[in-house]
Amino acid sequence: MFNLLGRRDKLKAGLKRSRESWFARIAQIVQRPRLDEALWEEMEELLISADVGVATTARLIEKVRKEAAAQGLRDASSVVELLKEEMVSLLSVVDAGVRPGLSPTPGGPFVILTIGVNGAGKTTSIAKLAHYYQEQGSRVVLAASDTFRAGAIEQLQVWGQRLGVEVIAHGPGGDPAAIAYDALEAARARGAEVVIVDTAGRLHTKLNLMEEMKKIARVLSRLDPQAPHQVLLVLDATTGQNGLAQARSFSQAVGCTGVFLAKLDGTAKGGIVVAIVQELGLPVLFIGTGEKAEDMAPFEPQEFVDDLFSPVS
Amino acid sequence: MFEALSEKLTAVFSRLTARGRLTESEVDEGLREVRLALLEADVNFKVARDFVQRVRERAVGSQVMESISPGQQIVKIVHEEMTAILGGESPKLANAARPPTVLMLVGLQGSGKTTTAAKLALHLRRGGQRVLLVAGDLRRPAAVEQIETLGRQLDVPVYSEGIDSSAVQVCRQGVQKARDIGAAWVILDTGGRLHIDEDMMGELEEVKKATSPSELLLVVDAMTGQDAVVSAQSFHERIGLTGLIMTKLDGDARGGAALSITQVTGLPIKFIGTGERAEALETFHPDRLASRILGMGDILTLVERAQESMDQQRAKELERKIRKATFDLEDFLEQLHQVRRMGPMSQVLGMIPGFSSIARRLSPEELEGEHLKKLEAIVYSMTPKERRNPDILNGSRRRRIARGSGTTPQDVNQLLSQFRQMQKLMKQFSSGKPPRGLMGMFR
Ligand SMILES: Nc1nc2c(ncn2[C@@H]2O[C@H](COP(=O)(O)OP(=O)(O)OP(=O)(O)O)[C@@H](O)[C@H]2O)c(=O)[nH]1
Ligand SMILES: [Mg+2]
Repeated sequence: MFNLLGRRDKLKAGLKRSRESWFARIAQIVQRPRLDEALWEEMEELLISADVGVATTARLIEKVRKEAAAQGLRDASSVVELLKEEMVSLLSVVDAGVRPGLSPTPGGPFVILTIGVNGAGKTTSIAKLAHYYQEQGSRVVLAASDTFRAGAIEQLQVWGQRLGVEVIAHGPGGDPAAIAYDALEAARARGAEVVIVDTAGRLHTKLNLMEEMKKIARVLSRLDPQAPHQVLLVLDATTGQNGLAQARSFSQAVGCTGVFLAKLDGTAKGGIVVAIVQELGLPVLFIGTGEKAEDMAPFEPQEFVDDLFSPVS
Repeated sequence: MFEALSEKLTAVFSRLTARGRLTESEVDEGLREVRLALLEADVNFKVARDFVQRVRERAVGSQVMESISPGQQIVKIVHEEMTAILGGESPKLANAARPPTVLMLVGLQGSGKTTTAAKLALHLRRGGQRVLLVAGDLRRPAAVEQIETLGRQLDVPVYSEGIDSSAVQVCRQGVQKARDIGAAWVILDTGGRLHIDEDMMGELEEVKKATSPSELLLVVDAMTGQDAVVSAQSFHERIGLTGLIMTKLDGDARGGAALSITQVTGLPIKFIGTGERAEALETFHPDRLASRILGMGDILTLVERAQESMDQQRAKELERKIRKATFDLEDFLEQLHQVRRMGPMSQVLGMIPGFSSIARRLSPEELEGEHLKKLEAIVYSMTPKERRNPDILNGSRRRRIARGSGTTPQDVNQLLSQFRQMQKLMKQFSSGKPPRGLMGMFR
């Protein structure tokens, strides 16, 4: 499941405690002989403790409650199954067969613009995506458009060297949009299929930095009206309710097309994406599960939900 | 967006006119709102439950004070309890008996350790002391370059051994180096790591053993959700922390993780980070964070932020106007300009008690620049006399203004009603009666 297996062995000892508490929790719920108020409350708490959020949790539970009554379900475990099914279908609904960005478009480079708050995991996730597309036989070019944070350009360049991927960079303080533009031109010249633009971390509440993002997108579209083909919101799985505000503001500013959920290898469940999908219909496309380039996988709703309800994550 | 708990509680209790002692059912109804507010703010659900239980014990049967409503009574208890858990104002950094004093920063990936290390260095140096930064993150690509660059920018020396050494080795040598150059403080930056990563946690133990830090500070992202307690507790149990620094509080995250962590670990919050620049490190005020977590707005932060982006003169002037309640449409216009510089309208409004409801009613577009431009156009189409004395704006004047600004009379009316609300609020402030009896009540 995911790419977690190797890492999980290594992390086993540390996981023991959180595993026990989660097992206890689920076991408690499932072993309950009858459906009672307490069961619903416990399911609610389970979702809330996974950062799904109060409103989304209430909506889910409400729906499952009605459905359970309609189906005449009596035992706790089938209700939990029902809840899981409901979540899987919610997370899949935007899937609709097309998975933008899972495969680069033929003809002209597929341009991915990343956006996210400071430290979310953008640069690392870009390295992972680059590796992922390389494995699929695509040629990738990276744009070092984070010209603000100290060491950001070097960070991307180190990844470029490790992966054997070309990194287009100007220098600290350079114009992020101009670099993205150059990268797209370079990619065309070299016949590359994918361009991924790294951007500086920014809080969604900073208007001027939102403008900067818009400008990058605008300038890219001058070379290719379809570009950026994908605007990937990189979200830290430990993020709580603010994740929804991030998704809203970033989407409003530059129209996000999907979420890369980073750092799912910790104990946080990343449940805020459920709220994001529910409210914004923004699909979750990838998950990050470690610090190495291989530590990522396409998002699978069923596995995500199983994980959310399991002690290990 | 902020949703004022106080407003919800007011709604809950508005039906109850009875004075005297609060009954259990009244309290419970109010506390449901409190619990929701806490969960919305990312307070851990277990912590929220215990917290509400404690408030309940205090609230049931407590005498409602003459001057305030039952809702306010509960908010007051909640606020007091919360402030108590969050601890006192930023306690001082511990000093080693013999310099250098070692500060060690630890935390999850991306929480802001390196930036915070640079901020602390600047803070201490401004106190007139010599500081050395140590590049103890050898794992994240270019982490060493990052701290070296920051050191250069701030003119603070950085000790590094590149990436072919080990964290323990670099940190040990770094402390020695600090001794050699006579630095009073040495700040160890360490690589971000997961609390469940055995090897990496072991490394921190070793660094701690090798350097005997006086302060072992966990750097926590303000946006962290329910898992904050789990990771903080693991770090604390494993290496014994001495305090917390909460970062990225310049956004609109409510920062409930701070309450969860302080409740569970009892650790003090030593600083907060409020921006990307090295200057953006602030002392911690428990009452302000409590207000923020509760969504009660934070008028002090607002005033401070206003001062940042306005020049002092203007800020003073505004303060005077607020006090004297002579806030007119010209000031409103001026405010609009300032607001643009301060950050998104939603956030600014959210910081003003009572305003969160206005912010909530505005659509996202209205909170964006376009809407502000429209408001500006309307005010610009007024005569100076009208701006200073909006009461003279009758129907024909309003129609003229709408034509002049390319808007509709409805737009003009809407602006005027918004302005009125703001004016009313300012009056309440100036009369010393905080809106809905909130802020100030706790000071
Ligand atoms: N455990 C784990 N760590 C990750 C993952 N993704 C990123 N990280 C780590 O998180 C930290 C921050 O990642 P970056 O990729 O630098 O984040 P960023 O969003 O580019 O940061 P800024 O550019 O500073 O805003 C680094 O230490 C990464 O190694 C992940 O999936 N799992
Ligand atoms: Mg980055």
